[in-house]
Amino acid sequence: MIEVRGLHFSYDGKEVLHNINLKISDGEFIAIMGENGAGKTTLIKHFNGLLKPSRGDVFVDGASTRNSSIAHLSRNVGLVFQNPDHQLFSETVFEEIAFSMRNFGYPEETIRKRVNFILETLDLSPYAEASPFMLSGGERKRVALASVLVFDPKHVILDEPTIGQDYQQKDKLRNFIVQMNAQGRTVVIVTHDVEFVVDCKPRIILLSRGSVIADDPYDEILSDNKLVERASLTAPQIGKLMWSLRDLDFDARILDIYSAKTVLEQRLEKIVPKTL
Amino acid sequence: MSLRLFEGFKFTYRTTFIHRMDPRPKFLIAMAIFALSLIFMNILVFLILFIGQLPLVYLSRSLRRWLNSVRGGAVLSALIFVMNFLTGSTLIFSLTMTMRFLVLVSAFSLFFMTTSPDDLGLVLEKARLPYELSFTFTTAVRLVPTMALEAQTIVDAQRSRGLELDRGNVLMRVKKYIPILIPLIVSAIRRSMELAEALESRAFGTVKNRQSLVTLKMKPSDYLVSLIAVAVLIVGIYIQLSIPIPNLDTGIKMPLLWGF
Repeated sequence: MIEVRGLHFSYDGKEVLHNINLKISDGEFIAIMGENGAGKTTLIKHFNGLLKPSRGDVFVDGASTRNSSIAHLSRNVGLVFQNPDHQLFSETVFEEIAFSMRNFGYPEETIRKRVNFILETLDLSPYAEASPFMLSGGERKRVALASVLVFDPKHVILDEPTIGQDYQQKDKLRNFIVQMNAQGRTVVIVTHDVEFVVDCKPRIILLSRGSVIADDPYDEILSDNKLVERASLTAPQIGKLMWSLRDLDFDARILDIYSAKTVLEQRLEKIVPKTL
Repeated sequence: MSLRLFEGFKFTYRTTFIHRMDPRPKFLIAMAIFALSLIFMNILVFLILFIGQLPLVYLSRSLRRWLNSVRGGAVLSALIFVMNFLTGSTLIFSLTMTMRFLVLVSAFSLFFMTTSPDDLGLVLEKARLPYELSFTFTTAVRLVPTMALEAQTIVDAQRSRGLELDRGNVLMRVKKYIPILIPLIVSAIRRSMELAEALESRAFGTVKNRQSLVTLKMKPSDYLVSLIAVAVLIVGIYIQLSIPIPNLDTGIKMPLLWGF
């Protein structure tokens, strides 16, 4: 469990996070959303001890991050940074992904198996011996993701995982993340991508100007126009459609395409009988 | 890895006398301190040069950031001290070299904290340096804080993958900086190529005879400060050549590493 109690964080004399309180249970799926500069990345950097609170506490599995090293916390809290170019340095993709496992002291045989598995899962096998610098932006992003997922952390935190991914890769990524979550791992994503969030159906923690302004299931938050506007987001396409049809008694909280299809089919059946 | 050093080299606009000064007298002050710190090899002189800068730091209202740069520089100073001491220099000599480095860090930190890159560019243009060169230099100065921030992000990303920079012997620790330096260099090269393309897309270098909206003009106070800087340098040279000053170190040995 990740627990944040009365967290304040100041940088250069300016308070970036004010009195954050939240609990993330094991196996939960969380999306942290909010406008640029809301403090999302600053908050997640507290989860693996990269930043220590100015006031308050962050506990990971019961232990305060103040008393644990980053290396120790990172073994259980895998943090994937937004820009893959901030971490790639090895000669081959295989070595890049194996780097973290070597740091954590895994035996070579385990490293080989795990790296090959993650290469396969994220469609990176053809590039195993290629230089990571020669890959496209989306591929580099997947290498960065693989380099953290490979050591199988209990809590996975992804900063803007969908940036630079095409639609098919985004779908594969979503399936992979949802599968990881179904296997019991806590997943925390920081994103502006509302369509991706709707597909993942997480609990949303909404930040604005360094404070939590809402903490609820995704459909409650993304169907609340005031909240969405306040956090500089936009409602998903289906949500906008349902909102525009609310005068015809459609539920504006329907955000995903499958629920919308069911509701629309039911309504159409009333107007146009199946026999026709 | 301490990145505080770079904070003290970042220009922040303030309405102080030092900030409003023409960049040329400020450059003269920095160069006078630089020259004096090369001419002398005396810890007392370096202490005077260091303490002598404090009123200027106070006047520029940049004490906190100046302290950051000195604290950041202290890490490298410690390395200079240890290397000199281990290679056979006396304690006082090692301290002298360390102090010399801090004097230089402090002087240039004060200059860059109070001089905008635009003003610096104007000075270089006034010195008839080709615009392309002065632009390259000022862009490099402007990018130092950005690169420092980027270096910090890279350190964070690698530490999140279990890299422990402060464990192991000296050789192992140095080796651990490879995952930091390679992304930083690659990113700098990528950035410079993108910047070059962006500049070319905006017709950089098309006009040969550039005109500037702002021109530098020395005020009487600027002339006075320049005069004082030159006078201090001349007096320093005179003292070094003709007046014996007490030296705490009696047994200077030739060092293998000269502090910079």
